[in-house]
Amino acid sequence: MLDSVLFYFFAGVAVISAALMVTRRNAIHSAVFLITTLLATAGIFLQLRAEFLFIAQIIIYVGGIMVLFIFVIMLVRLDVALHHIRFRMKNLVVTLVIAVLGAEAGAIIYYARKLPGQGLFIEKMAPAQNLAPNSEKLAQSLFSNYLLPFEIASVLLLVAMVGAVVMAKNKKGTEDS
Amino acid sequence: MNPTLHAVLDFLQTWWAELTCGVVIVAVVPLVAGYLVLMERKLMADMQARLGPMRVGPHGLLQPIADAVKLLIKEDIIPGESDKLIFWLAPVISMTAALTSMGAIAFGPSFQVARDINIGILFVLGVSSLGFLGIILGGWASNSHYSIIGALRSTAQLVSYETAGGLAIISGLLLSGTLSISGIVTAQQTQRVWFIFLAPVGFFIYLVASIAETNRAPFDLPEAESELVAGYMTEYSGFRWALYFLGEYANMIVVGSVATTLFLGGWLRPFPNVRWLNWLDVLPALIIALIGVYSVYRAGKQPVKIQTQFMWGVALACFAVALIYAVPWFVGPLKFVIPGLNGAFWFLLKVAAYIYVFMWVRFTLPRYRFDQLMHLGWYILIPLAIVNVFAVGVAMLIAANTNWNHAVVLLLATIVTTIATLVCAVFLVSWHDRRTESASTASLARDSYAG
Repeated sequence: MLDSVLFYFFAGVAVISAALMVTRRNAIHSAVFLITTLLATAGIFLQLRAEFLFIAQIIIYVGGIMVLFIFVIMLVRLDVALHHIRFRMKNLVVTLVIAVLGAEAGAIIYYARKLPGQGLFIEKMAPAQNLAPNSEKLAQSLFSNYLLPFEIASVLLLVAMVGAVVMAKNKKGTEDS
Repeated sequence: MNPTLHAVLDFLQTWWAELTCGVVIVAVVPLVAGYLVLMERKLMADMQARLGPMRVGPHGLLQPIADAVKLLIKEDIIPGESDKLIFWLAPVISMTAALTSMGAIAFGPSFQVARDINIGILFVLGVSSLGFLGIILGGWASNSHYSIIGALRSTAQLVSYETAGGLAIISGLLLSGTLSISGIVTAQQTQRVWFIFLAPVGFFIYLVASIAETNRAPFDLPEAESELVAGYMTEYSGFRWALYFLGEYANMIVVGSVATTLFLGGWLRPFPNVRWLNWLDVLPALIIALIGVYSVYRAGKQPVKIQTQFMWGVALACFAVALIYAVPWFVGPLKFVIPGLNGAFWFLLKVAAYIYVFMWVRFTLPRYRFDQLMHLGWYILIPLAIVNVFAVGVAMLIAANTNWNHAVVLLLATIVTTIATLVCAVFLVSWHDRRTESASTASLARDSYAG
């Protein structure tokens, strides 16, 4: 009972603020609504007892990526940008993308309901008291079964980081800051 | 019985402790923040050989309340060109984040809102870092140059010092082997040592990083008065400004609590496993009673009658609290309260000591320049933190695979880390200096040619 109330609350907040994020003219307002969406998604993770995902979502997306987003948006002159970017339903591409995405989501939900035992929503949730603490579980599977993908992903991130540093660095002979 | 009422009663019966803690946090923290301001002003006065606030109440004890009333009845100004929604939202975000993150902190063995959350320490860190969104958004929404520069500085500072702080915390987490807050404290009890002695480098990095994260001097560049008026808060006034202030001081309590939990033994008293020091358990009641006695002594020396009466009130309050601490010792059935009460006392004492260090540093060191701040963060703290995590991990592996006592291994590792990092830092700094020097001579040469 409490679970479904929480789920519908967070899901509703996430969907509504996602819609608001797309329709706002002001980029900072969009960013604020994106933050709300991400927080509500984190709430859904918590409601599913995935507490590590919940806190990872908050730390990485809201605390890290969104801060950088806002940092960039603040440096852009919004009044200039607004004339170029408009949200228009009439735009053919936009309508097409929305239609395709909607059809995709609908199809997934429809087929997931039809396939017993293999669909998306069939997995029986274990009662909350019996779940193992999932940060430990996650760490164990990351460092045993999925060690190679994990290392590859971290090397990729490292390469991206080093690349960013190299690109941001002043070339020799240009003005030093 | 009415089923709804029954459900409500059931709910209350299960969650009363958590609910009480939540209400206490929301109700008491603003007051505590006010008194932290008073403590800061008194300390500053003491270090500068002044008296500090003395007018409102005896020794200025009512100053925070007068300030709060003043802020409440001040005019609420919203700049015309500002973004109203975000201007309104930003201070609320700042304060909510700080108060929410307090929910997972264990103030004593049983004083915790989210009791069995097993990612406690990450929750505190993650949610309290959301307060920065309030600063950035507030700076942007004010539509003022000072504010936006303050906000930009704050973002840059957050990104650099959060990394170092997070890595410093990892060294404590490696030692405890758990993310849950009560688990960390229990680990320090079973290992018979506070983690500050095993990972002093980690504690030091966290101390510096947490000063920077709470925007306090010497790292208070986002609100440097002499450069930016008040930084991101420039356009705020009245109660909105008070919310920012509240968030900032609540954040100090949060970082103090994290440091206390991870490195200073949380709610454990000094030497919790030594039997013959058990008399320390009586200390909280004694100390509070002594403060009461001192208040009685000071009451006679107040110049005005009403101040004497107020001092008597303070003394009575102290005696009442001391009585609450003392009674369970004599009443058998209440004995189970003792660990909780004493735990809260020791915890808050440690947090207060941590905050005292913050204030001490603030009145001692001059403010950094912005490039010095970035330099310290990226060239010294982050490499030091990475090497420290590595050293602690290797030391724990060695201790696990050999018969050596792991405290000894860790101490050796700490020494090695410190020396290695100092060498690296000296090397990096000299290299950096040489580079900037050659760059500046090069540009000078160019200029002279141009001239």
